[in-house]
Amino acid sequence: MSTAEATDANRRDFLYIATGAVGAVGAASLAIPLIDQMNPSASVLALASIEVDLAPIEVGQSITVKWRGNPVIIRHRTANEIEEAKAVKISDLPDQDARNANVAAGSAATDLNRVIDGKEQYLIQLGVCTHLGCVPIGNEGEYGGWFCPCHGSHYDTAGRIRKGPAPENLHVPEYKYLSDVKIQIG
Amino acid sequence: MSGHSTYNPTNPVMKWVDDRLPLPRLMYDSFVSYPVPRNLNYWYTFGGILMIMMVSQIITGIVLVMHYTPHVDMAFDSVEHIRRNVNYGNVLQKWHAVGASFFFIAVYIHIARGMYYGSYKAPREILWMLGVAIFLVMMATGFMGYVLPWGQMSFWGAKVITNLFSAVPFFGEAIVTWLWGGFSVDNATLQRFFSLHYLLPFVLVGVVILHVWALHVTGQGNPTGVEVKSGQDTLAFTPFATVKDAFALSVFFIVFTAFVFFAPDYLGHSINYEEANPLVTPEHIVPEWYYLPFYAILRAVPDKLLGVVAMFGSIMVWFVLPWLDTSKVRSAAYRPIFKQLFWLLMIDFFILGIVGANPPEGWWITVGQIATVYYFAHFLILLPLVGLLETPKPLPSSISDAVLAKNTNKQPAAQPAE
Repeated sequence: MSTAEATDANRRDFLYIATGAVGAVGAASLAIPLIDQMNPSASVLALASIEVDLAPIEVGQSITVKWRGNPVIIRHRTANEIEEAKAVKISDLPDQDARNANVAAGSAATDLNRVIDGKEQYLIQLGVCTHLGCVPIGNEGEYGGWFCPCHGSHYDTAGRIRKGPAPENLHVPEYKYLSDVKIQIG
Repeated sequence: MSGHSTYNPTNPVMKWVDDRLPLPRLMYDSFVSYPVPRNLNYWYTFGGILMIMMVSQIITGIVLVMHYTPHVDMAFDSVEHIRRNVNYGNVLQKWHAVGASFFFIAVYIHIARGMYYGSYKAPREILWMLGVAIFLVMMATGFMGYVLPWGQMSFWGAKVITNLFSAVPFFGEAIVTWLWGGFSVDNATLQRFFSLHYLLPFVLVGVVILHVWALHVTGQGNPTGVEVKSGQDTLAFTPFATVKDAFALSVFFIVFTAFVFFAPDYLGHSINYEEANPLVTPEHIVPEWYYLPFYAILRAVPDKLLGVVAMFGSIMVWFVLPWLDTSKVRSAAYRPIFKQLFWLLMIDFFILGIVGANPPEGWWITVGQIATVYYFAHFLILLPLVGLLETPKPLPSSISDAVLAKNTNKQPAAQPAE
């Protein structure tokens, strides 16, 4: 092999690899913005938290407020409902995680871990069935809590899944008490 | 089957074009002189009907976009605007909505015909798999289109179906948020569905072209399942198949337009005339009728991830159908046991559809589970076994033999009258 040919081959190899490398990097850097543009935009992420006054909610009454496009169910539970929820053994629950953004991740799904201590009468949770996202209907189902009409999931009076295809308890969003009867969600 | 071209243009202009770009030759060879088996029955006309339905949906769709507004505050009203104010909008909107249903009626008949006559067997596996791909693109397009009017069923259908992806382990929530562009189905979702609903039909056209290409490479199947052996077995596509297709299309369109004009909402849901409300789920959510059997399979499985897997699996299993069916004989006409299984599958699919339309309570759940198990058993257990155990009837030596035998059987009865 002459020197000229060898140089030529090196030059071609270089061009070949360089073109391929530029193409690969270019394709990857194009893919990122094209894919990421579909994630929530800044305006969606900036959605402010909301404040809710709990005082007008009578015992046994529920209200629904909209937060981040989803319904949040706030229920003023009766003493009976709280008793019922407390009587359930954790081992009987399909999902034993509290699913509460306000307690440590992985806490047991006791009734107390689903609410805020001292405010057990107010159950605040996302009205989004953990199966496929329908809004469960209150005071329905075999456990006196919520029933999802779409695919038949039954939740108890603490919003925990008891029967049906939903894999998790209704999620409790992040919230805190601003005063005795006022909360801020988010 | 694509033999030597017989195109011989007499018109000097066509000859001039043909020498430079042989497009007229391609059209002539594909749709005029193209040989088709002489024994094709009316079940074989649905490919042509589907082609026309696709064009019809694209034309009416493009026109509707001229008046539709893809925004959560205006979408619902803009569809009402089309139905009430736009010239002929009433007809055009219904034509598109009812057209989707009839597109699916035709495709289900087309698929069932393929299963009955074993159209998926060698050498037509790729032709068949492209067909399954077409069905999947159709389902995605139909689903996104149904979201656009932004009624209650649009919204909740979208929410439930996109939530199917939350069943994916680890990344589920992130995927759903990405699909929605937010934390719920909202304006971002509506706008991207609109964009994709406009795109996918053209993807569909592309796959359909591949489907027709594959068809013209292997040649058409036929009710006997015996391959074409000589020119005696075939007729020219034009006029024979063209006219038969056109006649079937006319009958199909009489039924289709009867629905468009006299019962445009019969196949839909009245709840979709209520504007989308993210805070209230309708009492009973059901998808459009053409998704019901698959929806029933989703609900039959009491586990979220496995339910989703079963639903997608019920269509994915069609991709491997050519290898699950072990029989060498194509047509059900010569397979006595398979023929019965085919009709049982049709009944099973129909039952799944009824289960899908009903609430997931009581014995509907049991019926749905039995029907789902049977559906998978048909493809995964019965088909492979029957191919090995069944004794097929003797096949005719050729298509023309089969046609002649049929005619000679008839003749004695006809003779006395002469």
